[in-house]
Amino acid sequence: MSNIGSYEKRRENFSWDIAKEVLGWKEGEILNIGAMCSDRICAQGKGDKKALIWQGFGGRQKTYTFNDLRVLSNGYAGFLQNLGVDPGDKVCLFMDKIPELYISFLGVLKMGAVAQPLFSAFGDESLEVRLFSADTRVIFTTRKHVKKVRKIQDRLPALEKIVVVEGNPDKLKEGEIFFRVEEFPVEDFNVYESGPETPSVLHYTSGTTGQPKGAQHAHASVWGQALTSSWVLDLKDDDVYWCTADPGWVTGTSYGIIGPWSLGVTQCVLDSGFTSAAWYRFIQDNKVTVWYSAPTAIRSLMRDGEELVKQYDLSSLRHLASVGEPLNAEAVIWSEKVYGLPFLDTFWQTETGSMMITNFPGMKIKPGSMGKPFPGIVAGILDLKTHEPVTEPGTVGLIAFRPGWPSMFREYVKKPEIYRSKFVGAADDAQPAELRVDESLWYVSGDRASFDKDGYYWFVGRDDDVINTGGHLVGPFEIESALVEHEAIAEAAAIGKPDEVNMEVVKVFITLNPGYEPSDDLELNIMNFIRKRLSPLAMPQEIEYSKKLPKTRSGKILRRYLKALEWGEEVGDLSTLEDD
Amino acid sequence: MAEEMKDMVLEYVIDEYVDEDDEIEVGFETPLISSGIVDSFSMVSLKVFLEKKCHVSLPDKEATPEAFDTVNKICELVRRFQD
Repeated sequence: MSNIGSYEKRRENFSWDIAKEVLGWKEGEILNIGAMCSDRICAQGKGDKKALIWQGFGGRQKTYTFNDLRVLSNGYAGFLQNLGVDPGDKVCLFMDKIPELYISFLGVLKMGAVAQPLFSAFGDESLEVRLFSADTRVIFTTRKHVKKVRKIQDRLPALEKIVVVEGNPDKLKEGEIFFRVEEFPVEDFNVYESGPETPSVLHYTSGTTGQPKGAQHAHASVWGQALTSSWVLDLKDDDVYWCTADPGWVTGTSYGIIGPWSLGVTQCVLDSGFTSAAWYRFIQDNKVTVWYSAPTAIRSLMRDGEELVKQYDLSSLRHLASVGEPLNAEAVIWSEKVYGLPFLDTFWQTETGSMMITNFPGMKIKPGSMGKPFPGIVAGILDLKTHEPVTEPGTVGLIAFRPGWPSMFREYVKKPEIYRSKFVGAADDAQPAELRVDESLWYVSGDRASFDKDGYYWFVGRDDDVINTGGHLVGPFEIESALVEHEAIAEAAAIGKPDEVNMEVVKVFITLNPGYEPSDDLELNIMNFIRKRLSPLAMPQEIEYSKKLPKTRSGKILRRYLKALEWGEEVGDLSTLEDD
Repeated sequence: MAEEMKDMVLEYVIDEYVDEDDEIEVGFETPLISSGIVDSFSMVSLKVFLEKKCHVSLPDKEATPEAFDTVNKICELVRRFQD
């Protein structure tokens, strides 16, 4: 029997308070995610239960109980307090998927600060933009990644402390602090009494224009994350759960930390890159029961074939789910054939904080469909022009949600106008606190879909130029801004190009400055330039040289024109195109 | 010829993936991916380098972290597809 039981009945009798029942949370208890994922679980008598089974390069393994999480996260929390960090301050976590990342995340929240995890493969420019925007005061990093911080620290006036939490303490620069939490466990820590609206986690997300925006979440998000973990991921007390996402992205925190641990579920982490064989071995060795992954990984597994699957005992698996980009029907059918279980697609985004439209255990699966709205979520498809809800099945429009679910982001840091622009029908002077609870509005996700006569949603594509590569959103503006800093490049446009495994990869169109000619060396140089400045995800996998880029008469590069040509689509209205 | 290729790949790895202050000795047998010197996301640029410089097409299926883990293994892979 699945946790959700009947989807229809759950929709009829829904209240977010059910999350409190699921967690056994009583009014008057502290609502602090850090404590709810560690102290509370210990108080339930599960202190000796395994919380984290971690495996790194070379098969290195470490295991932590919930009691370990409790005392070690207390250690981080106490350390931050002693450092002079105040509640509400931003503490960046910039490291690989190592245990220190997961445990310090809880510690930051326990002392009332805001956890700002960032993808460790980010280059120094991507890091700088996000730390500057957030006025981050402290960064936790590792010996391996601290050098990127050093390159930019002089340009970050708010960044006061650089703390290295793993690796060799030798060779740190003056002012850097080394802190190994194992040497400073803390038995008792006075957890910050956060409330539902206290800021908790800050994730950055890319848009079409401008630099990435910081989507601020609050401690109340745990209700949505816990309940969806229970009803969609179907997590139960004896499960061994594996979320393959990196906590530098929202899936890695919502469902790689908060969801499973608030429910007291054991989870595994593999931090040694992707190979199909290594992943299957990991499932086999740890007897993983619930597996939450991404379409890019699933398609890579498909590519490596069925024979490889047969070499491993994957019989422990009982439930599979997917997120990050639309899961194609072939992948759903293939997984059912080779694993005996279909991957269930889930749709949500950084801003929503928890799953919004999903396939549920026990529900009839239509391969290729996003599924149906989570109980308590009011979803709709809005007409592309009028923004009125469409009623006709099959009509493509904008995916939108009525505001008010607990995991919804509270603001874009320092960008109230952009936050307001996400709500259809918002008054010009409406403030974020009003917008996020106004159920007369629609929050527009930025994706297009339709629904069918049975109420299933079907993803169509993004409504903007943001590039979704391997389930990670990359902003074309960020890439273009970095490209034109390259000495050879005069102008640049970045688009997503179709890719069989990653859904999209970055393709750029560039014009060269006088004195430069296209060559293999230049191409590699440009690729590595972007890889180091931004991230490997933003690195162009194809570079097209052009004498001139298409522009509007006002001089703006027409990215959509290039994208339409690349995708073989209608180029649309070209009346604003600059005369040749 | 084989030695030239190994030297070229090693030089590229050191130039592009190792910082001056890393103080890491990288040789033909040094683990690259499994030691974290080259992160798995960055393998794409290494693959492009090999394809362009060695005039070879490496199937994605073969360009695994294991196959890219040392300079010697990388050169073995390239030679296999050059043949």
